[in-house]
Formats: sequence, C-alpha cells, structure tokens
Amino acid sequence: MNKEYDIIVVGAGPAGSMAARFAAERGVSVLMLEKDRDVGYPVRCGEAISKAGVEEFIQSDDKWIASRISKFSFNAPDGTEVIIEFGEAGYVLERRIFDYELARTAAEAGADILTRAYVNGLLFDSDGKVSGVKYEYNGEQKEIKSKIVIAADGVESRVGRWAGLKTHIDFRDMESAVQITAANIPVDQNTLYFYFGKDVAPNGYFWIFPKGHNKANIGLGVSGIIGKKKSAQSFLDDFMNKHYPNAPVLTKIAGGVPCSVTLDKISGPGIMLVGDAARQVNPLSGGGIASGMIGGSIAGRIAAEAIKMNKLEHILTYDKAWHDRLGKRHETFNRIKEGIYNFSDEKFNSIAHSVLKIPIEKRTLGKVFTTALMNNPSLLLDIAKVFVI
Amino acid sequence: MSDSEIKYRMAKTGKLMIEILPDRCDYCGCCVGVCPEDAIELKEAEIFIIDPRCTNCAKCVWSCPIEVIKFNKEGVQAH
Ligand SMILES: Cc1cc2nc3c(=O)[nH]c(=O)nc-3n(C[C@H](O)[C@H](O)[C@H](O)COP(=O)(O)OP(=O)(O)OC[C@H]3O[C@@H](n4cnc5c(N)ncnc54)[C@H](O)[C@@H]3O)c2cc1C
Ligand code: SF4
Ligand code: SF4
Repeated sequence: MNKEYDIIVVGAGPAGSMAARFAAERGVSVLMLEKDRDVGYPVRCGEAISKAGVEEFIQSDDKWIASRISKFSFNAPDGTEVIIEFGEAGYVLERRIFDYELARTAAEAGADILTRAYVNGLLFDSDGKVSGVKYEYNGEQKEIKSKIVIAADGVESRVGRWAGLKTHIDFRDMESAVQITAANIPVDQNTLYFYFGKDVAPNGYFWIFPKGHNKANIGLGVSGIIGKKKSAQSFLDDFMNKHYPNAPVLTKIAGGVPCSVTLDKISGPGIMLVGDAARQVNPLSGGGIASGMIGGSIAGRIAAEAIKMNKLEHILTYDKAWHDRLGKRHETFNRIKEGIYNFSDEKFNSIAHSVLKIPIEKRTLGKVFTTALMNNPSLLLDIAKVFVI
Repeated sequence: MSDSEIKYRMAKTGKLMIEILPDRCDYCGCCVGVCPEDAIELKEAEIFIIDPRCTNCAKCVWSCPIEVIKFNKEGVQAH
C-alpha cells in the first residue's frame, strides 16, 4: 500500500470495482476499501442482468452464470400468465463469484484493494475539498489521503453526506426487500417470473429467478409506505406458504433497492458518487448491477482524466456525462413506474387478457404495450398520464 | 448538525423511542439509507443508533424489511 493515492474508492461492489478499474487503467494510483471480509459476500441481490449489461464490461463466463434467460413470465393477480420470448437475453448470475471477478479486473489494472476496512469519515483540506478518508482497520483508527474519493458504498451510503451532498433516500422510494434462495422450485430454468398485484407485492413486483438445478431466488421489495403496515418479510411468508410450503431455504437475506431518479448532485469538490450510493438503479426494474457498472466506469474515467490534466474541477463534468448516458432515461422510467405500480388488480388482469390474444411468436415488449393499449382504450389515459408529467 | 440543534431535538422528543433488536439484524442497510439524520452506524456485523442524532422519526422502522427495528412509545433504554 502507498502512503497516498490519487483516487480512493469506498466499497467494492460492481460500481466500485468498475470505478477502480477504469481509473487504474489510465495509469493513476487507486485504492479500493471494503468494509466486509469478502468482496461479493453476502449477496443481497436477485442477480438478474441483461447480457449486454454484462458484456460491456466483462466477457461472459460459465463460472458465474447460474442460468441463461430467454423468457419473461408476467403473472397477473388473477393467475393469468403472459410469456414473452427473447433470444438469449440475459443471465441470473452467481454474484458471489461475479463481484469477485470484477474486483480482480480492477486489481489487474493496478488498483490496490483492502478488505475489512470500514470507512467512517472524510478528510478535508483547508478550502473544504475532500482530501482522503478515515477508516477503521483491525480495530485501529487510520487515515489516508487522496486527491479524489469515489463513494461506491451502496444503498447504506454515508460517505456522500459527509461530503455535504444530500444523499438520504426518501423512505417511500426505498424498496425494502427480502429474498430467499430455495431448492426444489420446479420452474422453467430459462424464465424470469414476475408477479403483480396488491396481495403479492403492492407497488412493485414479486420475483422468482431460477438459478439452475431447480434452485431459485425468490423475493420482493416494498416501499416504506407499505412497510408501515406490512413488512416485506410477511409478504414473502404468505407467498411461500401458499405456493411452496415445503421448499428448503438455502439462504435468506434482507436488502434495500433505492428506486428513484439519480441524486441531484453526484459530484462535488474531491468527491464523486457511483452505483446505489448515487441512486443509479433503474427505478422501473430495480436493476442496479449494470447501471452501477456504467456509473462507476464513467466516474473512474473522468477522475483519472482530472488527475492527469491536473484539473480537479474536471470531475464536476461527471453529473452531465451520467445524465446523458442513463440518468435522463431513468427519469422517464421513474414516471412509468409511478403509473404502472399504481394500477389496480383489475387493470393488471385486463392488460394480461388482451396481451394473451397476441400469438406468442409475435409478442415483443413493444407489441405487448401497443396491443394492450388498443384492446383496452381506457388504458391510454393511464399511459398518457405516465408520459405526460 | 450543531450542538444546539442536537439539544433542541432531544428536548423536543424527550426520550429515545427507536430500538434495533440485537441479534436479529441482517445488516442490510435499508434503515441507514433512509435515515435523514445520519444517526445509524452500520459496520460489517454491528449496528447501533447514534442516540443524540436520532429524532424518533420512525422512517427506519417502516423501512426495515424484517421488522428488526421497533418504535416504542414509552421510550427505550439507550444501548
Ligand atoms: C433483494 C435485492 C434484489 C436485487 N436484484 C437485482 C437484480 O436482479 N438485478 C440487478 O441488476 N440488481 C438487483 N438489485 C440491485 C443491486 O444489487 C445493486 O444495485 C448493486 O449491488 C449496486 O452495486 P453497488 O456497487 O453500487 O453497491 P453494492 O453492491 O451494495 O456494494 C457496496 C459495497 O460498499 C461496501 N461499503 C458500504 N459502506 C462502506 C464503508 N463505510 N466502508 C467500506 N465499505 C463500505 C459494502 O460492504 C458493499 O460491499 C437487487 C437488490 C436487492 C437488495
Ligand atoms: S428514527 Fe429517524 S432519525 Fe432515528 S434512526 Fe430512525 S430514521 Fe434515523
Ligand atoms: S433495515 Fe433492519 S435488517 Fe436492515 S440493517 Fe437496518 S435494522 Fe438491520
């Protein structure tokens, strides 16, 4: 380890690893700190990702692909199932290995990595610019300086707040989730299953994502508004008792998905935020692996450029670069989310019924959307509402 | 937050009402993410509320997916 670094990355999830790698590849010195003893563990994730989302950053590899996805199954509250087929569209990952591999690519690019290092404060220089971190390691309080700190500290992010950015997430936008990995779940191993309706997952969806050999990730998230009355845990218990009362549970985890638009400001003097810490999750799907890697890669590149140009203000261009690449799209997704997740059970049912009339080989997501509209004109108003504001 | 603000909040709420049940937490971070006051410290497998910062707003209670945080009207002992 050096005494000082150009860039310190806090958190070794997908966003942190990509920030570290994209910076280190440009020849600057990088240290990534992770509080947990293992990179990639515990896994708090459904692990579904599109193939394109992976392959922008790392070549697909069987050792971290648990299953290959070619179909979506949407299930309406009355039990109507709508299946949409794709080519090979995505994967369910083995994230424990995937995150490890991502961190390895950062290390190969030259980044130093230290686990069991809990960051608990920031250092500032005399004009208030962030200039390093304070951390606890082996029970000792330490400090290390850097020109730039990249906060990749996930949903529980605090680093950004210490730097003076407004980062806490509105409790209504936090999807508090619980998920089990269960065995003996006899679903199609190439299909992602989504369940809608107020009994299973109000304001969101319930998922079953296959992990091969009839193992599956099963879970849901609920907004704090729902959580006031009924926790994610109770919804999951109800679903399992009803559908798979005897399934052996291999793991159970809690986790949070910040389902909102990106924070107003994701950079400041000496500080950049990436991944869940910046709220870069796709607010419609709740997917944050691919978008976190994208955010991390942009931040890592811009941070390295800033160091090499010796012009630290350059990091402030990150906000716009992110907005142009994905942030703007997430604003649209967020409006759609607010429309769809407020649909009544009857509405979900009637959409499912009209979509079923499209022959399966012609069912693309776009066609499903337009046909649902034509067969169900009252929907137009809802969709219009979604797009207008 | 300044010292006087902390004192104001303590005076306003009187006592601590938020409690994290020890041993049942999964260290997932939902509560930390929603806490407006930066009042929760979460290490790898250790969690506690930074009492003087907490305003008893209960947002963490509503956001805990596994019902590990409790709101107690009568007040709770500081851990
Ligand atoms: C139940 C659930 C299901 C999900 N399903 C999917 C899915 O199917 N597909 C998908 O794309 N996304 C999914 N997501 C979202 C996805 O998991 C996250 O968006 C993604 O992990 C974000 O990556 P990240 O690098 O920003 O943060 P993380 O992966 O959370 O990494 C943050 C890291 O920072 C470390 N850290 C935090 N604080 C500190 C500190 N003070 N000091 C040092 N280290 C620190 C943490 O230990 C952690 O390792 C799901 C999330 C949940 C909770
Ligand atoms: S009650 Fe409010 S202020 Fe106190 S820890 Fe919970 S979220 Fe934070
Ligand atoms: S939300 Fe609940 S389970 Fe998660 S860290 Fe907070 S207290 Fe623990």
